Amino acid sequence: MGLENIIAEALPEVLTTRLDSLINWARKSSLWPATFGLACCAIEMMNATSSRNDLARFGAEVFRASPRQADVMIVSGRVSRKMAPVLRRIYDQMPEPKWVISMGACATSGGVFDNYAIVQGVDKIVPVDVYIPGCPPRPEMLIHAVMMLQDKVGNESVRDRKDIPAEEAFEAVPPGTLPSGSPKGQAEPMERPYAHASKHERRRSS
Amino acid sequence: MSNEAQPGADMPVEIVPEQVATPSPPVAALQCEHPDWIVQVIHAFGETTIVVPREHIVAACTFMKNSPELEFNFLADLSAVDRGPEEEPRFEVNYHLFSTTKLHRVRLKVLLHDDDAHVTTVTGVWRTANWHERETYDLMGIIFDGHPDLRRILMPEDSEGHPLRKDFPLRGYEPYSLT
Repeated sequence: MGLENIIAEALPEVLTTRLDSLINWARKSSLWPATFGLACCAIEMMNATSSRNDLARFGAEVFRASPRQADVMIVSGRVSRKMAPVLRRIYDQMPEPKWVISMGACATSGGVFDNYAIVQGVDKIVPVDVYIPGCPPRPEMLIHAVMMLQDKVGNESVRDRKDIPAEEAFEAVPPGTLPSGSPKGQAEPMERPYAHASKHERRRSS
Repeated sequence: MSNEAQPGADMPVEIVPEQVATPSPPVAALQCEHPDWIVQVIHAFGETTIVVPREHIVAACTFMKNSPELEFNFLADLSAVDRGPEEEPRFEVNYHLFSTTKLHRVRLKVLLHDDDAHVTTVTGVWRTANWHERETYDLMGIIFDGHPDLRRILMPEDSEGHPLRKDFPLRGYEPYSLT
């Protein structure tokens, strides 16, 4: 009687598709951000979910109060040096796959706060997928960033997102070093004063 | 505000720069009871400031709080000023007092030298001084002797230096200044 009946009549019972397409379609259509507002950009982030801008049109309106249920971290505002370990912990608590949007000039580069208290760009702490300029960015820019992230998710492959072996995951490694058994080999200590490199980060750099 | 006054009880009492006909109640009470606790009295912008020797600040605060005609039961603010590394004395600690019953205010001031930036805590007088003194220690590096828990309150615990000092570099000290 409804739309599904029309589709069922029009389509065969079995469809073939690529696994990547199916999984990426599911992932990018339900990006759930973590509820994590840092500064004035967070006001614009809230506005992006409001009725006027309606981020729900793109499946990214479900701001989760727990990082365990979130896919995207929107770093909305300047990251103070005292907040940096907290932000890193929230990022580490998010399950894979996860992405990061750096919202606004402060999160991206420190903005006008070139001083002792502010981290000069959140990409010193967590890997960033999409950067948004602006001070603060308009909600449309955040929505555009979410759509760009959806494009990026759509072009990924599940082969890139394999979890690393369990023994490696729990191995105690110095901050910022690559896995010692990796084919490309050399463990280089990186400048990373805050926390251990995540699985996500190590996979990207290897 | 004149900066020539050195801390010490031997300074004569002087009223600068606005001459007032009758001293305000806190000044009058302090002059009557403990004239040696007054180094200098400053009247400016309609406010009264009493410079107190460092060794008498807790006694002066206790007197201000407990005296029945003063009743300064509220420490509105406690902060410090860095006049600059070249100034002597370099620091001043300000105690902004307010009475919720008498509705009057006074400011006590202690002058501190750079090499001995210590002052006794007043947490025993007003408990709200606890966090104010922690903030002053964190940002200005004033040590409050006898404080129950003198830790940093705003900056990360591993940070170096005291940011509101005039000689603190804007980006902080290494390695954090590189990030």
